[in-house]
Amino acid sequence: MTSATPLAGYSYAYLDAQTKRMIRRAILKAVAVPGYQVPFGSREMPLPYGWGTGGIQLTAALIGRDDTLKVIDQGADDTTNAVSIRAFFQRTAGVKTTTRTEEASLIQTRHRIPETPLQPGQILVYQVPIPEPLRWLEPRESETRRMHAWAEYGPMHVKLYEDIARHGEIAVSYAYPVMVEGRYLMSPSPIPKFDNPKLHRSPALQLFGAGREKRIYAIPPYSDVRSLDFQDHPFRIEPHGHACALCGSTDSFLNEVVMDDTGKRMHVCSDTDYCTTRRDHLEQGEAAE
Amino acid sequence: MSAVLDTPLLSVRKLTHRYGSRVACRDISFDLHPGEVLAIVGESGSGKSTLLNCLSGGLPVERGVAFYRDRKGLAHDLGSLQEQDRRHLARTEWGFVRQNPRDGLRMRVSAGGNIGEPLMMVGARHYGDIRALAGDWLARVEIDPARLDDSPASFSGGMQQRLQIARNLVTAPRLVFMDEPTGGLDVSVQARLLDLLRALVADLGLAVLIVTHDLAVARLLSHRVLVMQGGDVIETGLTDQVLDDPQAPYTQLLVSSILEG
Repeated sequence: MTSATPLAGYSYAYLDAQTKRMIRRAILKAVAVPGYQVPFGSREMPLPYGWGTGGIQLTAALIGRDDTLKVIDQGADDTTNAVSIRAFFQRTAGVKTTTRTEEASLIQTRHRIPETPLQPGQILVYQVPIPEPLRWLEPRESETRRMHAWAEYGPMHVKLYEDIARHGEIAVSYAYPVMVEGRYLMSPSPIPKFDNPKLHRSPALQLFGAGREKRIYAIPPYSDVRSLDFQDHPFRIEPHGHACALCGSTDSFLNEVVMDDTGKRMHVCSDTDYCTTRRDHLEQGEAAE
Repeated sequence: MSAVLDTPLLSVRKLTHRYGSRVACRDISFDLHPGEVLAIVGESGSGKSTLLNCLSGGLPVERGVAFYRDRKGLAHDLGSLQEQDRRHLARTEWGFVRQNPRDGLRMRVSAGGNIGEPLMMVGARHYGDIRALAGDWLARVEIDPARLDDSPASFSGGMQQRLQIARNLVTAPRLVFMDEPTGGLDVSVQARLLDLLRALVADLGLAVLIVTHDLAVARLLSHRVLVMQGGDVIETGLTDQVLDDPQAPYTQLLVSSILEG
């Protein structure tokens, strides 16, 4: 895609230089203390809370003229949120954009980690609605901060205990809590637990931004990220038992799409780039034969 | 061995706590030995709950000193203890039974989860073991283990209080603070709870600091009593001695005001 001139009358990448510096300081602190939620002065952005105000501020503070940006929403490059945020940075920063995971230097995501393994040097920015994994048990911010400070994470296991007692298994299917570098309990934003293993020792820098809650946290490259579990109920991903109807993949995360009002269903990859790339390869293979 | 037993678990010297210019408790001194049950009795506003809160960490120790000796024999100054260390003591060495079980339980978590939480707080990570122990404790406090997965909200007041006791004892604490544990219960339920407490305390060799305005509770449970009035300790001694032969006029009044059946 072509790179346009940044929008006249606006700062580069929308935010003013002071704000971006403030956010970068928060990012540095977050990277220095993996999993720790760093408070920052979240700004009003030209999109509503819940649409990615935290992620977009991180991206604005990080994006350089040489960056190539990819934006995904639930794994897809072509949904309203992804298209709008991509267009936003195209206009305000004039950067190159892409839908190819391996071409992107900066990826902003909502609810998914790309299926294509990330590379060293890439940055993955998550949009986070609720950064505090302990909020379920403890409504007071003052108290959850103490619990983090002293690593008192027993109550989090109470939630998992309750799940097993009630459902026979840990029923958390998204935003599955993790321990980062054996120290901080962290919510990996509402990614499906299917993606949790991709957090562990990822070569990419992973940054999390919560705009409404005004928190930034990070997983530096190659950090240990363990999903919480019990010794006799270890973390595991249930196989979905379907293949993508378009590309035939059985090991990617699938969306179930209702096709008509008689209940016909179709399973397709949630990662559109992964699915398209696979289909291209299949077609090339057929054409070669 | 006797030397160890003679070392007090908790030593309090000249403890004073003020709310602004009002003195809530003044120059309190006592020792609590391992396995001993000490009752603090007195009317409302006599400073007994303030004293309990100062010692259990709910309020800071501002004047006077209080030392707690842990399992390893290490003495901790409760006045200068870091919050982190105090919470560690509270998790591993202490229990706190509150008057209202709703303050001491998580009402949205099942009975099993409530008993299991202190275990998970100290690092238990085996679901089966936690659950088995929670079931054992439910039986020990005379609740049907079949109710392990029920919410405490569906329990009666007496059962909730027994559940709170199980939650506090599951980590095998050495010292349990109790604030009017039989407060909101009717008389027959009170009697049953007291029986249970007495048996558990004797079985486990617990040291207990119990605050109550009910002399019958003190007589049934405690070895020694501390009578408080207006922030001062006005009389102290063996329970039977103090209750049968009270010396201070206020204690005489308290004892004579018990309704005889």
